[in-house]
Parts: sequence; structure tokens; C-alpha cells
Amino acid sequence: MSHASFWELMNFGPDGWGWSMMRAAGVTVMVALAGFILGGFIGSFGAWAKIAGNRPVRIAADAYTTILRGIPDLLVIFLFYFGGSLALSAIYRAFGGEGFVDFPGFAAGAMAIGLTSGAQHTEVFRGAYYAIHDGELEAAKAAGMTRMMMLRRIIMPLLLRHALPGLGNIWQVVLKESALVSVTGLIELARQAQIGAGSTRQPFYFFMAAALLFLMITFVSNRVFRFSEAHFSRGVRGAR
Amino acid sequence: MRLLPGIPMTLQLAFIASAFGVFFALAAALMQLSGNVVLRSIADFYVFCIRGTPLLIQIFLIYYGMGQFDFIRHSFMWPILREPYWCAIFALMFNTGAYGSQIVRGGLLSVPRGQVEAARSCGMSQVLIYRRIILPLAIRQALPAYGNEVILLLKATSLASIITLMEITGLAAKMISETYRVVEVFLVAGSLYLLINFILSRGVAVLEKRLMRHTAAERPSSRVAARGAA
Repeated sequence: MSHASFWELMNFGPDGWGWSMMRAAGVTVMVALAGFILGGFIGSFGAWAKIAGNRPVRIAADAYTTILRGIPDLLVIFLFYFGGSLALSAIYRAFGGEGFVDFPGFAAGAMAIGLTSGAQHTEVFRGAYYAIHDGELEAAKAAGMTRMMMLRRIIMPLLLRHALPGLGNIWQVVLKESALVSVTGLIELARQAQIGAGSTRQPFYFFMAAALLFLMITFVSNRVFRFSEAHFSRGVRGAR
Repeated sequence: MRLLPGIPMTLQLAFIASAFGVFFALAAALMQLSGNVVLRSIADFYVFCIRGTPLLIQIFLIYYGMGQFDFIRHSFMWPILREPYWCAIFALMFNTGAYGSQIVRGGLLSVPRGQVEAARSCGMSQVLIYRRIILPLAIRQALPAYGNEVILLLKATSLASIITLMEITGLAAKMISETYRVVEVFLVAGSLYLLINFILSRGVAVLEKRLMRHTAAERPSSRVAARGAA
């Protein structure tokens, strides 16, 4: 096979891999985003459990964060992918089907990322909650707000503002973690690069392209987070 | 237990990579803090590239990517770069070096200026200042965060299974596909990692206590103060 140059391989024409790589980058962002949002929900519950829960609830939340931060993400992805496939196959057989049903890689990946990032979300939300001053909550109470209204108007906006830098960090971690979902066969950037590398025998160029796309996604999302931090902190009098 | 043979491999990867990674971290941190623009840009670029891309891609770049070039295939490095074991160690080493450099940099920056000035006025040379004053203080400061980084590295060794290394995760994946006992294998493999991480973090805590023994008496009060501020 003739050795094509980097840009010959990555062009956007009919023979180029440009579009496939871009599409894969889109899948990467989608699976990371799905996991990030799921993790956000789990993290809110986790933070609530650690802040306001009774003893058993607190212990459960502590166990969750300790365990999920202590085992590799890849193992969790294997659990969801193989476990999900087994469960699906069992259901399929119960309805008279035959053989093995593959669990969708996207769902397995998003769930695994959600569960692992949920542990980090928990800590970020918890820290952000404690950054809210007691006085602000007391003032809301004194103004006669109900608990729901306090949550909606005072706690949530303040909490999100304090949590934003931490959330930005989690997003970076989640984005890179999403590359591991390639083990389920989901065609995201890492998997697409493997496919391209296999069929053209130019692995360096393909993994380089994937790395560059990851850097671009990181760069853009950094910007978005910095912008929203500035936006949501515009009422804050700071040292800067 | 068929997962146990994976433990030495996991530990080896983590240990060798972190032992060499520390030097990368220190070098990158010193370059970032040096006044030299060229050195600083090189280190910044290294850290930016490594932290902005997934470890998996880095592993693939080294393991699969290097073989694309004939001059590497024909070089003396090829017998090493051909081995998944060394590729995994190189990737983990570069990776932990970049993350670690930020921790080391924080540690170096935390050394009070006055201490360095005092050392200089005693007539210590730059090397001696680093060896006796800056590094011991910086290590003490950076140790807890570095312990975290080692635990992250230990978790990251699981990616070596993707390039065929049979460490804990690799054996677990193999067992799952042979026996279909997903949950059981997951529980055992997970507990192995938890156990290793637990021992690691205890070790770091003991080491930290030893390095901080001069402040043992005032510790409780400082902890209360820290909690009050949070």
C-alpha cells in the first residue's frame, strides 16, 4: 500500500477519513455528555445523601464514592457492557429467543461513565453546598420562603455557581474516559481511529488525528466553562 | 482465584511507571518554573497535550503508531517499542509525569521565599539549596496530592489490558468472556483494586505523618481551622 500523507488521509472527500473522524468525534461528545448528565443526577442524590441523609443513607453514599473512586473505570464499563448483554440475552430467551444479544455500547458507556463520574459529582456538589453561607439561607427563611422555593431560588443558583469549576474538571475527566467506551465497539474517536489504522496501516496518523480532535474538544469546552464561570459569577465581588 | 496472577503485573506497571514518572514530573515542573521561555513552552506543551488527550489514545500512539515508521522499526529501540509491556510503561510514565508535574509545581511554589533566601545567605549553592531546602519542603507539601496521583495511576494500569497485557483487568475480561459470570468477576477484581488502593493510601498517610512529625502537636487545631474555613 502506498503511504498517504496525513492530510491525504484526513481529507473530506469521498476517499478521505475526515468525515468519519468528525462523526466519531460527535459520538465521543454525545456519550461523554450523556454520562456527564447522568452523573450529575447521581451526584445530586449522592450530595443530598451525604449532607442531609440519616446514618445508613450517609454510609451508603460514602461507600458509593469510596468504591467508585477506587476501581478502574474500564472495569465498570466491562461490568455494564457484559452484564447488560447477559441481562438482555436472558430477557430475550425468556420470550423464546435464541442466542446472544449485544447490549448497546452507547448505553453501557453512558451508564458506566455516569456511575463513575457520579462519585466525583457528589463531592463537587457537596463542597459547593458548603460554600453557601448560612446567612443566605437564614435570610431566605426569614423572608418566608418555603423549602422548595429556597432550593429553587437560593440554593440551586448559588450551588451551581460554586460547582462550576469542579464540574469543568469532571467534564475533562469524563471526556477522556469516553475513549474507554471503544471496548464496547461503539464507534467513537478511539474506535474509529483503530478502524482507520487497521484498514490503511497508518496507525500513527489516525491516533494523531484522534488526539488532535480530543485536544480541540478539550480546548473548546474549556472556553465554554470559562465563559459560563464569568457569566454566572458576574454578581460576585472577587479579588480579581 | 485466577485473578491473583494479575496482581504482580498491575503492581509492576504502576511501580515502574510512577518511579520514572516522578522524574518527568520534576523535570517538567522545574522547566515550567524556570525563567527560560523555551523550556517553559516545551513543558507547557507537553502537559497540555498529555492532559488534553485520553491515555488510551496515548497508549495506541506508542504501541501501534510507532510501528508505522520504518526508521523506528529499524532502530535499536524497536525491540523495546514492539513489546506491549514497555509501551504501556512508557505511556503511563509520560501520562503520570504530566499530571504529576502540576502537583510538584504546586509543591515547589509553596516553599516560602524567606527559607530560600536564608539558605542563600548561609552561602549554600543552588544545588545544595534544592537538595536540602526546596525539595524536602516541596515533597512534604506535595505528598498527599501525589499519593492521589499514584492511586489514579494504579487505576490507569487497567488500560494496559487493551494492548493484551494480562494484569488484573485483562484477566477479568478474559474470565468474563469464558464464564459469563460478570458480577462475580467484577466484584473480585474490584475488591483487589480497592485493597491495593487502600494499602497505598495507608502507606502515604504513614509517610505523611512521618514527614510532618514536627507539627504533630499543633495538628488538631490546624485541622479545625481548615474545616471552619471550608
